[in-house]
Amino acid sequence: MITANKDIKAVDLVREALEKAKEFEEYHCFISMNEARALEHAREIDERIARGENVGRLAGVPYALKDNYLSHEGETTAAARMLDDFPSPITATAVAKLEAEGAIMIGRANLDAYAHGSSTENSYFGVTHNAHDMERVAGGSSGGSAAAVALGIVQFALGSDTGGSIRQPASYNGVYGIKPTFGTVSRYGVVAMASSTDTMGCFTNNADDMNLIMSIMSGKDAKDSTTLDDFWQEKLEDGKQAEKKKIGLISDFLGDGVDPEVAKNVRDYAKKLEKAGYAVEEVSMPILKYGLAIYYVVQPAEVASNLSRYDGIRYGHRAAEFDDLDGLYANTRNEGFMPENKRRIMIGNFVLSSGFFDAYYLKAQKARTLLINAYNEVFEKYDALLCPVAPAPAFKIGEKVNDPLAMYMEDVMSVPPSMAGLPAISVPAGKTKAGLPVGAQLIGQRQSDQMLLSIAKSVEEQA
Amino acid sequence: MAITREDVVHLAELSNISLAEGQIEPLIKDLDNILGYISQLDELDTDNVEPTYQCFDMQNVWREDEIEEFEAKREDLLALTRESEDNQIKVPKVL
Repeated sequence: MITANKDIKAVDLVREALEKAKEFEEYHCFISMNEARALEHAREIDERIARGENVGRLAGVPYALKDNYLSHEGETTAAARMLDDFPSPITATAVAKLEAEGAIMIGRANLDAYAHGSSTENSYFGVTHNAHDMERVAGGSSGGSAAAVALGIVQFALGSDTGGSIRQPASYNGVYGIKPTFGTVSRYGVVAMASSTDTMGCFTNNADDMNLIMSIMSGKDAKDSTTLDDFWQEKLEDGKQAEKKKIGLISDFLGDGVDPEVAKNVRDYAKKLEKAGYAVEEVSMPILKYGLAIYYVVQPAEVASNLSRYDGIRYGHRAAEFDDLDGLYANTRNEGFMPENKRRIMIGNFVLSSGFFDAYYLKAQKARTLLINAYNEVFEKYDALLCPVAPAPAFKIGEKVNDPLAMYMEDVMSVPPSMAGLPAISVPAGKTKAGLPVGAQLIGQRQSDQMLLSIAKSVEEQA
Repeated sequence: MAITREDVVHLAELSNISLAEGQIEPLIKDLDNILGYISQLDELDTDNVEPTYQCFDMQNVWREDEIEEFEAKREDLLALTRESEDNQIKVPKVL
């Protein structure tokens, strides 16, 4: 991580990032820029450095903020019309922690509205393009953040991951992405999606940077009662092992329905792990094929509940025309939500409605228990699991927008760890012949996040 | 089960979303496809399995009932609404 010091000025770091953001404007990574404030912060940091003050571990480091985080700097949109004109009255805990260490937000990154989507095409403000191919999607929902890091605009960016929203765009753009153990980073001040799997994480170019950002953001927060006691150590242990660690390569995600080039890149990554001293063997987890079905019951149910707060009364968009109070709610919600938001709310209300609750919602939550049991079983034998992040590399813009189910299938490999609260990281594994990045996904037991980063680092060091 | 036009209209009502006529037809197909996919869960034997609503079996988190300063001021919060008067948010007539 390049930070400001006596020789490197924060103002130059911020200016350079802003210039790059302009240079790559056509990729549409950002919804809004924070130029004036960012430069002002940079000048303050430079003054403090000149006075010999300690300005923190991220002194003057510019970053991109997924626009579902609230920050007192500017307006949060969640990429929906619903939060039109919403100057954030509070700041997310994660943002406050980063800024206390000297990090500087240069802009708010594009996403699928309310983080519902796998391509960042479902944004009220337009699509974000893949950093490696303008005609392809950046992935989603944190597509703007992933592309901003991949294009070299910023060294890190924040994202949120409910079922793959950090890992999949990381894979598509060839950068590192982490979905930490559920409860690692406070969700206070972030627009809620599905509360039993929402996690906050980041994108970086390497394991050490990721460790640094996560060590700052993690920890207990009185404002989010689901946060865990801080377990993150400052230093990343090196990959040296007292005992040879075992990694299970999930065979269910390497066969039918998986792009052969994706499977090949992940198998090549497995070979690199072996070279780094890990024992890799194939393992089958038949229950995983149900993960997506479980997710598309539980997540919409929680979405329907969380998004019921958007009523046009207290904040955000309010329809101009309505007959009565019910009409105000209903017209506001039709105008303010994107089509995918509405689909999820309606699916959620379906599976929660009397008559269908047992057959769908309760069934899915029971199946979730079976999924968690299956993970517990394999983790008795393996220290970590390896599989692709998504079945194929980035697809063409527009290819799946009219087929929601095809879009959901993008999440088939990233959703299962989310349903179990497990940490999972996406690391660049290689590229296809056409030059599209492919990510490998490492999954571990609760709070083994840093072990996953150490594993990734040991492969990084081979390069 | 097959999703009908009536189901979509009913769900839109439950969801407080006023769909225009043209929005209904595509939703019938989309919701039907999605629920059809979900129904593969029927293949799983979940008899005698407890549901998981949250992964980490967390218990109530208590704190002292003390008044704390909130970071946002009342004026800032009221400024977010479209219409307010005397520190009250205005809504259309309810009764």
